[in-house]
Amino acid sequence: MTKIGLEIHCQLTKLESKLFCSCKANYREFEANHNICPVCMGLPGSLPRLNQKAVESATSIALALTCDTPEKIAFFRKNYFYPDLPKNFQITQLNVYGDMSVGGEGYVSVEDKKIKIRRIQLEEDPGRIIYEGASERTKITLVDYNRAGTPLVEIVTDPDFESPRQVRVFLNILSDLLENLGVAEPGLEGAMRADGNVSIEGGNKVEIKNIGSFHDLEKALHFEITRQQSLFERDIEIAQETRHWDDRRKITVSSRSKEEDQDYRYFLENDIPWVTIDQSTRDRLKENMPESISSKKERYIQKFDIAPQVADIIASDRYYSKLFENAYSDHNAKDIANLITTDVIGFIDTKEKQQNSKITSRHLSDLVDAINSKTITRNSAKVALQEIMKSGKDTKEVLDEMDLGQVSDSSEIDTIISQIFEEEKQAVIDAKERPETVNFLVGKVMQKTKGKADPVKTLELIKSKLNQ
Amino acid sequence: MNLNTSILKYIEDVKSGTFTVEEFAAETLQRIKDVDSDVHAYLSLNDSALNDAKLIDQKISSGDKIGQCYGFPISIKDNICITGTKTTCASKILENFIAPYTATVINRLQDEDAVITGKTNLDEFAMGLTTEFSAFGPTKNPWNLDYVPGGSSGGSAASVAANECLASLGSDTGGSVRNPASFCSVVGLKPTYGLISRYGLISYANSIEQIGPMTKTVKDSAFLLNIIAGQDANDDTTINNDNVNYLENIEDGIEGKKIGIIKEMTTSEGLSSEVSIATKDAIGDFESLGASCEEVTLPTIPYTVAAYYTITSTEAGSNLARYDNIRYGYELESEGYEYNSYISKSRAKFGPEVTRRIILGGFVPSAGHAGKYFLKALKVKSKLISEINKAFEKFDYLISPTAPVQPFKFGEKIDDPVTLMLLDYNTVTANLTGKPAISVPYRVINGLPIGMQIMANSLNEKSLFQSAYALESKTNLPEVPL
Repeated sequence: MTKIGLEIHCQLTKLESKLFCSCKANYREFEANHNICPVCMGLPGSLPRLNQKAVESATSIALALTCDTPEKIAFFRKNYFYPDLPKNFQITQLNVYGDMSVGGEGYVSVEDKKIKIRRIQLEEDPGRIIYEGASERTKITLVDYNRAGTPLVEIVTDPDFESPRQVRVFLNILSDLLENLGVAEPGLEGAMRADGNVSIEGGNKVEIKNIGSFHDLEKALHFEITRQQSLFERDIEIAQETRHWDDRRKITVSSRSKEEDQDYRYFLENDIPWVTIDQSTRDRLKENMPESISSKKERYIQKFDIAPQVADIIASDRYYSKLFENAYSDHNAKDIANLITTDVIGFIDTKEKQQNSKITSRHLSDLVDAINSKTITRNSAKVALQEIMKSGKDTKEVLDEMDLGQVSDSSEIDTIISQIFEEEKQAVIDAKERPETVNFLVGKVMQKTKGKADPVKTLELIKSKLNQ
Repeated sequence: MNLNTSILKYIEDVKSGTFTVEEFAAETLQRIKDVDSDVHAYLSLNDSALNDAKLIDQKISSGDKIGQCYGFPISIKDNICITGTKTTCASKILENFIAPYTATVINRLQDEDAVITGKTNLDEFAMGLTTEFSAFGPTKNPWNLDYVPGGSSGGSAASVAANECLASLGSDTGGSVRNPASFCSVVGLKPTYGLISRYGLISYANSIEQIGPMTKTVKDSAFLLNIIAGQDANDDTTINNDNVNYLENIEDGIEGKKIGIIKEMTTSEGLSSEVSIATKDAIGDFESLGASCEEVTLPTIPYTVAAYYTITSTEAGSNLARYDNIRYGYELESEGYEYNSYISKSRAKFGPEVTRRIILGGFVPSAGHAGKYFLKALKVKSKLISEINKAFEKFDYLISPTAPVQPFKFGEKIDDPVTLMLLDYNTVTANLTGKPAISVPYRVINGLPIGMQIMANSLNEKSLFQSAYALESKTNLPEVPL
């Protein structure tokens, strides 16, 4: 049986400052090495000052993943030399001497399977190394320390996954959850990273590192499983090792470095006293926690009779669920949900588009009301949506400006139908012989009215004219 | 003008117009010029000291608000950062390091109008007991230039003893303030862990070290502590001291107090007969002051030096890992090196004692050895803490000589690291337990000083000063012959 475990790193980008200093947690907007200070540069004599908000965010994550959270947490030094690490040690957490990290023993349900969360720890992100020219034999290595000290949460799972597909579903659930909590933006480049470990029946565990995206992780896991299976079939022992994902060749490569033998000489970081997270703090964090995705989904289904797939899509995304929550009233909730999943999502499918869109909950309410009162057709609503996203103008104004009001006046539609019957004589004959082809004529009417004719009424009128 | 004066007397004299801040500063700088080529207490001087003094005089004459220090000259151990000045840790590896920020203690001194004379010598990265491990040459003991001044804050102690300033700030990881204070006959305080901000103090073993004042009198020590102690937002380990005034009631005496004489520290094999005799005299003095003295045993003490070196080496190995010469440091051509060879080349600049401790620090906490060394040392530490806490249930103070021996000649012990380490025998307990301890000049025998150490319970500095002041009042020491 294949067993896969994950180690996920997620930056707490919603925080104002870094984990141990007042430099910005959002380092992305800065020129290289312009978001640094003596503390995050580890200058001699500087001391870390713990960002208490980071402890709270990490604890919220632990609570949301149903983890046990200890009363007191501590930080440790992980000692190793690397150019991206200003102090040549990383301040992180460790549970070897008892449970001292922000959380442990939680789980996430993935398609009726519980994936166990072994532990969650709070730590600092290192800087970024840039190999200039990016060739293998490049002479220059640049380091940008803007990222150094960014608050990072490491989430470690048990090897509970049976397939790369399950991993993908889990990561989607997890990243939705982190975003919904309001502590992270997993969509940001490099904000959420995952390493995996794989073993097959009877084989040793192999860790895979250096994976750039979730998409690559899935590929790397597939490759690794296949590699291990083929070794197994040929009776070759699967070595316990760390392998690197080679993005160019799309294979995993044994890392010759002795990374797995590295001794990090962990010991307590005494510059940061133990942090007490008392019951009242935990209660407050729980109270202020946004409703979970699963409970939101359940509520949408139960209360508004929304289809489970639709409820799932809306509940999982902070942007859509916010649009929905503010737009719905009991009588049109279902229609608004459907409008979001059939039309809005088609137009606003990236974070960037979400940010730029000027659409508001009010627009959605107004559009659904207009459809329901037959003022406009669904087609016209779609046209209007595009304009609203761009301009943010009032719905009524857009409908008027674009002349999208529905034509439901029978005589007007009748006149147009007569014209069509003149122009499409063959189609009229066909429709008389084979009634299922009548939609062609309806389509022609819609074309002529630019989608404004009431489709139900149009069909009625065509049918009666055919029968004349 | 008498440069051998206390801070408090100096302030009186400036207030009464006996001399100006500038006059005293100029005289002090002249003294440095005259004697420091022999003593070598300073690694660098503050070029603007005289100007700083002038500005304070102007403040005084114009009736502006003036800080408590009235421009008294103070030297700073060269492991404490001051913006724009070199902070070398007496190491080649930081030879050209210019700090871009100022330590909290320095800010507090400058806010109160102290004048900084310069940065003083130390054993490289504060690792040593004689200043012989300074990369820039040793400091001499002003009492006899052939003798070591103690360490690691040897430059600080010598600068005060040689009247090259009125006070100094040192740092104490295992006795680095108290040991040179004892060797140079000045008052040296290692406060409760967390009482003084370490922000800007270059770490050696951060879990146990503290900055401490080095002064000519006990009252000056209390005066300085008033200024530099207290919580600091830049150091999460600092504790609130409720703005205690350490000078208040300092003359209250120790009538009726209970003093424990630490058996392990007063009967140890390495104790010299001069120090032993002085200790007996001190016990007599304490009793004549109305305290009752009784021997107390802390059975873990024989293991403390080993534990101390295990813990400090572990932390040093980590704290000094950042010196890879990539972000700051000294000129070193990187052409032809890859990362690993470059850092091993650049780190070859560390001196022998630092290298020894870094190597130890790589070994004692490593997988497979931590249980035998590092974790055991932590056990010694926690056992010692419970023993000393128990002792303080009964005693107000615990006393011992500060160092088991008097100052010795240069070169005498430098090749014998283990003997050198035993010099810490009486001082490391205060660091491992976080308790405050003070070294008070007590005797000068054969022209060489002996200091007595008094320890008190955590945050009892006020009471500690009362006992130190009482003991000081029983002494009558000669002036430094320099």
